[in-house]
Amino acid sequence: MRPSPARLLNILVPVKRAVDYAVKIRVNPQQTGVDLNVKHSMNPFDEIAVEEAVRIRERLSKDSEPVTITALTIGPTKSVETLRTALAMGADSAIHVETQESASSPEPLGVAKAIRAIIQKQESVDIVIMGKQAIDDDFGQTGQMLAGLLGWGQATYASKVDLDLVQKNAVVLREIDGGLEQVRVKFPMIITTDLRLNEPRYASLPNIMKAKKKPVTRLTPTDLGISFEPQMEIIRVTEPPKRIGGAKVESVDELVEKLRAAGFTAV
Amino acid sequence: MTQIKPNGDTYYNSTLTGLSPAENEFREAVWDFSARVVKPRAEAIEKEGGKEGGEYKTLLEVHKKMAEMGLHGVTVPTEDITSSLGLGLSYTHHLLAMEAVSYSSASLALSYGAHSNLCVNQLSRWGSNEQKAKWIPGLLDGSYIGALAMSEVGAGSDVLGSMRSSARKTDEGFVLNGNKFWITNGPKADVFIVYAKDVVEPGAKQTYTTFLVPRETPGFSTGKPLDKFGMRGSPTCELIFEDVFLPSSAVLGSSLLGKGAKVLMSGLDLERLVLTGGPLGIMQAAYDTAVEYVHQREQFGVRVGTIGSMQAKLAGMYTAVNTARTFAYSVARAVDWHNEEAKKNGIEPGDKRYVYPVNQRRDCAAAILYATDKAIEVALECMQCLGGNGYINDYPAARYLADARLYAVGAGTQEVRRWLIGREVNSDFE
Repeated sequence: MRPSPARLLNILVPVKRAVDYAVKIRVNPQQTGVDLNVKHSMNPFDEIAVEEAVRIRERLSKDSEPVTITALTIGPTKSVETLRTALAMGADSAIHVETQESASSPEPLGVAKAIRAIIQKQESVDIVIMGKQAIDDDFGQTGQMLAGLLGWGQATYASKVDLDLVQKNAVVLREIDGGLEQVRVKFPMIITTDLRLNEPRYASLPNIMKAKKKPVTRLTPTDLGISFEPQMEIIRVTEPPKRIGGAKVESVDELVEKLRAAGFTAV
Repeated sequence: MTQIKPNGDTYYNSTLTGLSPAENEFREAVWDFSARVVKPRAEAIEKEGGKEGGEYKTLLEVHKKMAEMGLHGVTVPTEDITSSLGLGLSYTHHLLAMEAVSYSSASLALSYGAHSNLCVNQLSRWGSNEQKAKWIPGLLDGSYIGALAMSEVGAGSDVLGSMRSSARKTDEGFVLNGNKFWITNGPKADVFIVYAKDVVEPGAKQTYTTFLVPRETPGFSTGKPLDKFGMRGSPTCELIFEDVFLPSSAVLGSSLLGKGAKVLMSGLDLERLVLTGGPLGIMQAAYDTAVEYVHQREQFGVRVGTIGSMQAKLAGMYTAVNTARTFAYSVARAVDWHNEEAKKNGIEPGDKRYVYPVNQRRDCAAAILYATDKAIEVALECMQCLGGNGYINDYPAARYLADARLYAVGAGTQEVRRWLIGREVNSDFE
């Protein structure tokens, strides 16, 4: 019989409220961003992160190893909806770092610093599982920055996660440009999720109702000693140029002629 | 302001609903379920219907998924000793769930309404603890399908007066004889709530009793599925009772012997209210189909939706959908409020002092009356908006119309609803 590990596993899952993936976005009249008066939901990669945390707990519950899952979000009041989704999917409790409605969206470095501050306040966190990127800004930096700030190991673009609680490490399969890479990372660690890691469950109505009773702790940036002052200024946001029609050519020579005229030289 | 679309592909106007944040969250969850789980299976549900010996495989599959989602016991109390799947929510929630399901598949919604409201809700309200313990868990977790049987070939609008199915009391129990007709879920249900006329002494008052009849009861059988104009995915058939023996424990709610009429009538008000979600969902689907089509189709160099006569159609449809919906939601809110008040004063359903449903009877009838008329209108307009394509079954317009048409005779006829509202209004002047 396998020896059961001495202490419980603490998983932190940061989640972000972003424009829903199905929305047909439009650039706002000021050209500073997209029209945000549309449906929002949890960033899809973060849903995968919550799902992975819940599956880890389900796998480990056979060894009666208590696993705690804490969801975390940074954003205005409305962001609490995203935490409720995480709670309905199976997180035990949540933390809401509440920012001003009018404030601009926090940038990856600010978010990473805030998560670090929370980890330093919490009981020891063993694993942070988060989406590889948010589908609104597509930065894909937060997980990596957090690992750097904490000096923790990281396994990004995860498509499979296998934990070894006895050895206190994880073997993670990563999706990289050349194919798949396998890494072993010691606890505590950061994992960022890629699309093929799992298919998130949908919350059932009973779970949605149970989620209302789960605790949500409210914090302000000041409580964490963090400022979300933007380091970047968005100069302009525009739609991609409209596609102009092409033309049919009669022969390869004509094609080469047209390419040359358009400024393409031989490679 | 951009229309906020709950699940990205409907023009449901959520700014008009007057729902609380919690109710809205529930609404978004059930619409999301409908889009994800029901819509992809809607066509299969239709194709598998109406066949003799039909398995209704997809319908049964979705029935189980709805159970996982927690949809079967919306109004069943959570503290009910018999099941932890009951959500203990209001009729507003049930109406919202019905509407969401009907948007993707009116056939499935009809079966869902018959199962979760006609059967489960009645059982939850009137059943004895033993009956609830035996049936509620299976009805809520997707193992069983429920049905309710009152109508007969010769007893539709005059369901009590013309009823022929009889229950004769014997020493050990009851013997049921007769037939029921147009019974939703009949071909597949595991348990039936059946209303029968008590055999009484000549000259004595005619009473009725409600029974719980499991499918596997000797003498009970079902006819082949009816070939219907619309709602083709919903299984419907005749029920046949030939000297069916039922023990006394089969009487719904042991103290309700002879009180079947009261059980039946009170259930009808709530049935009308929840089933209003049926036409509401169809109407929204018809509107969505029409409005998108008229902005894709171009004639005379413009999108046809920008032509005046088409704009007028859209305006009519838009107004119809939103008036029918806001009225229905208001009635549901009022019904829930009265139920809460009654509970606070310790008044149980069935008590003479129970203010509801008598005061809301006219409103529940009005809600479904109006929504049904409008749904048929909007479905017809949708077919017209689609032009020639509205006439082709590859497009959903024909199905919306055929499905909407059911509600003019199902869960009561428009005529009875009008008569009922008139009677209720007139009673204020007696």
